Amino acid sequence: MDRLKVTIGNLELKNPVTTASGTFGYGREYADFMDLNRLGGIFVKGTTLEPREGNDYPRMAETASGMLNAVGLQNKGVDYFVTHIYPEIKHYDTAIIVNVSGSTIEDYAACAAKLIDLEKIPAIELNISCPNVKEGGMAFGTSAASAARVTQAVRKVYPKTLIVKLSPNVTDITEIAKAVEAEGADAVSLVNTFLGMAIDAESRKPLLSTITGGLSGPCIKPIALRMVWQVYHAVNIPVIGMGGISTWKDAVEFMLAGATAVQIGTYNFIDPTVSIQVVEGIENYLSRHNLRTVSELIGKLEI
Amino acid sequence: MLDFVVRSNEQLNSRNHLLKVSPSTGEKLPPMYPGQFVQIRVEDSPSTFLRRPISIHFVDEKANEMWLLVQKIGEGTQKICAKKEGSLLNMIFPLGKSFSIPDDTETKTVLIGGGVGTAPLLFLGRVLKESGFSPDFLLGGRSGNDLLQLNEFEKYGTVYCTTEDGTKGEKGPVTHHSVLQKKKYDFIYTCGPQPMMMAVARYAHENGIACEVSLENLMACGFGACLCCTEKTKNGNVCTCTEGPVFNIKELTWID
Repeated sequence: MDRLKVTIGNLELKNPVTTASGTFGYGREYADFMDLNRLGGIFVKGTTLEPREGNDYPRMAETASGMLNAVGLQNKGVDYFVTHIYPEIKHYDTAIIVNVSGSTIEDYAACAAKLIDLEKIPAIELNISCPNVKEGGMAFGTSAASAARVTQAVRKVYPKTLIVKLSPNVTDITEIAKAVEAEGADAVSLVNTFLGMAIDAESRKPLLSTITGGLSGPCIKPIALRMVWQVYHAVNIPVIGMGGISTWKDAVEFMLAGATAVQIGTYNFIDPTVSIQVVEGIENYLSRHNLRTVSELIGKLEI
Repeated sequence: MLDFVVRSNEQLNSRNHLLKVSPSTGEKLPPMYPGQFVQIRVEDSPSTFLRRPISIHFVDEKANEMWLLVQKIGEGTQKICAKKEGSLLNMIFPLGKSFSIPDDTETKTVLIGGGVGTAPLLFLGRVLKESGFSPDFLLGGRSGNDLLQLNEFEKYGTVYCTTEDGTKGEKGPVTHHSVLQKKKYDFIYTCGPQPMMMAVARYAHENGIACEVSLENLMACGFGACLCCTEKTKNGNVCTCTEGPVFNIKELTWID
């Protein structure tokens, strides 16, 4: 199994296949479908300093090969996570990474600080790219200056592995990636959802309560792949790739484009066992191509 | 998650099909309860990305078959209804919480359904009858042709009908049926279009009758991961798929 190992900052993953925040709950939701310990890691649901009720229903609209969501970071807050959820999931033998979000820079830092002492949480993923909250979220991720400020503030208080999740809703994603790298991010993960919308032609009404929402699923894969490739060439820190991965082949493509690890998101809803199939598919690929380790794939796009 | 083989597919009217399915592996169906649902994967349909949630219409333990009543609404449900005998359907099941069964078998129950929303009430009616209750059914539709499976419902209790056009039973909405004036019920179960369920919930509330409704909020995963199908309740936003789809109206914010 060692040949599947990859490293992100100080974080060692047993394999490069992880599950994306907001699509995998706290892992428990999938325990009936698979052995969670076979995953490289689990990025758990977006967590904020204070509890959040999220947006009004309807929060979801199906699209061709994808879906829009407008959940709006519904969660019970970091204290609830620490006291109620962490004790239930800490025994998993996989990396558990908490996705941290907030409305202000102070919120991000305070939320991150509360996670430092959790022994089985080796890293956090800073969500500066959620398109579904009125304040904060994506607002921090759409300018290099604000992305740098929030990264700097969290870096100051959080000594473990710090991953920053980037928004694709920007003119040049490499600028944002470089800005957070300069402030000490250990890795970047990309991409979060694309801002989109859906309309009911008959009623002339938007399908989401928030009018706009985040698009995910196989429909975004080519754009995500391009962004991973661009960012890989712009920074020296590891890139975690995601966006529409539904097969092992997609995962290998992201690694060839430069991803050290991948996150599987929306497709978990369609096939809750997809992540395990991706692990197995990558292993087969390595054997077929006579590769010793999975790291030999990273950025090996042949042009 | 399991592959099911379609044992039969019967077209009941222009829009609705009755599919009887059993595990393709031949394994025995696990325990399932009325009100629970399945998430069916739809293949070969570019516009259908998500699974389709369908409530469990009936379970025939002897034949090891699950029955699904499917209405053709969009491309996804059309694909499901087009499945031939012998073809496979991948399902995540059983999902959600079931209707509750009262402790006292003297409790007078009525199961009120509208259109394809009557689906889970057949299974519920059987379980109630087997548990010692004498359930009544009050089923509504646009016209007589929309009232499905009446002969099946009749096996488990008295069936009352209403139609909008008066072609079967009393004319008008279910909440205006005369049986609700004549008989005194203690517990109402309802499933159907949201406006109908809201009218039933209001009726139940005004008459001090316990009432459970089965919601059909749009969902992506069906097992509590995506947080898309939330319903605003007195306990905040909760997932319809895991905390429901069955809710007591006291938990909802529909009335007060």
